[in-house]
Amino acid sequence: MEHIELFFKSIFIDNMVFATFLGMCSYLAVSKKVSTAVGLGAAVIFVLAVTVPVNWLLDQYLLQPGALKWLGAEYADYDLSFLSFIMFIATIATMVQLVEIIVEKFAPALYNSLGIFLPLIAVNCAILGGSLFMQSREIPTLGLSLTYGVGSGIGWFLAILAIAAIREKIRYSSVPPALRGLGITFIITGLMAIGFMSFGGMLTGGDDEGKKEETTAVQVEKKEVEEKKVETTEEKAEELANNTKEITE
Amino acid sequence: MGLLSKKDAALITDPLADNNPITIQVLGICSALAITAELKASIVMSLSVLFVLGVGNVVISLMRNIIPSKIRIIVQLIVVATLVIIVDQVLKAFAYDLSKTLSVFIGLIITNCIIMGRFEAFALGNGPWRSFLDGIGNALGYAVILIIVGFFRELLGSGTLLGFKVLGDPIEKTGLYALGYENNGFMLLSPMALIVVGIIIWVQRTRNKALVED
Repeated sequence: MEHIELFFKSIFIDNMVFATFLGMCSYLAVSKKVSTAVGLGAAVIFVLAVTVPVNWLLDQYLLQPGALKWLGAEYADYDLSFLSFIMFIATIATMVQLVEIIVEKFAPALYNSLGIFLPLIAVNCAILGGSLFMQSREIPTLGLSLTYGVGSGIGWFLAILAIAAIREKIRYSSVPPALRGLGITFIITGLMAIGFMSFGGMLTGGDDEGKKEETTAVQVEKKEVEEKKVETTEEKAEELANNTKEITE
Repeated sequence: MGLLSKKDAALITDPLADNNPITIQVLGICSALAITAELKASIVMSLSVLFVLGVGNVVISLMRNIIPSKIRIIVQLIVVATLVIIVDQVLKAFAYDLSKTLSVFIGLIITNCIIMGRFEAFALGNGPWRSFLDGIGNALGYAVILIIVGFFRELLGSGTLLGFKVLGDPIEKTGLYALGYENNGFMLLSPMALIVVGIIIWVQRTRNKALVED
């Protein structure tokens, strides 16, 4: 049960892009076409699923205050947590390289589709962010850290897929010249983030299922009917208001 | 500016406006958005990036001839990670509350695209002094956007600037609040950061048509 809860929480409530703005650089740069967005998204899921558990092990047995207990009693009061940034980023860079080699060897087809994105991922904030949040939220077990990694990856995948689809469509609309490209992407992402905020009440009890479906519907509608953006936002604002009301109740 | 030639001075002034790292080069967005709900956090974040980018650019530029190009990414990451650890430890020692507010985002300077982007695009091909100026310039360009966003979000969201109640007291109804003004709590939520940056881009590109994308 806690796995399912953490899984959905990391996809929707703590969505990497919309709640914490991680991996925005590649999110903005690689979202011009759906096909490349899918490639990068898949690579992110993959790498997060590998690096978060590995960094969990590192954190648990090397970095936390008192983590070196297994070496003997005299090491018990060592605190190496100041090293976490450098350890995490080194692990990530190595794992990305390893994953690249393994995928190239055993799945050439996958390598050809992910190939160019894999090296980029080492410097994607979403990956390091995944590990740092794993550390600061004190995820208790290895299994949960895997769930967290996969969940965050899927959340990021969903976000980049949605924005790429919208950007493909928006080419046919008349956006004010100064907003074209980057400007409108920012504003759309902002609106989508407002939409995702409505997931906030999802795991706090009440009619979970119904609310989830409802908001997904809004999301889909938004993706398809770009012209109705303003209306959708109003709907979302309303939903948000209801949501906060429910939470306060 | 007697110290700087015209070309060198351009390294500092360009990123402030027409080649801004955030609004034009699209680098370093992540941290720019997440921590700008307060002006103070924005300023501290800007200073951290200024330090890391200025020093990092010099270090990479000094090593540019001895780094094998195959492993340059990992060398760059190690340099940044070391500098960021210094910043993090200093913040923890002297401004503990603030380092709690910034939480993981100090660590995320490591993967801030501005840093890697400038290393790749500039420090690997230029001497230390010019790289230093480029680092400072880009960090200042980043700081400008962060401070503008932080200013508006804090002012409109909580009616304060750096913690001072510039618009009066919302509870005792003084200042603007006496006229029925309300804080817009929505400005404090993360989506508004995106929209504020979107508006900055809009204003900037309206004023300078050359920047408009097709």
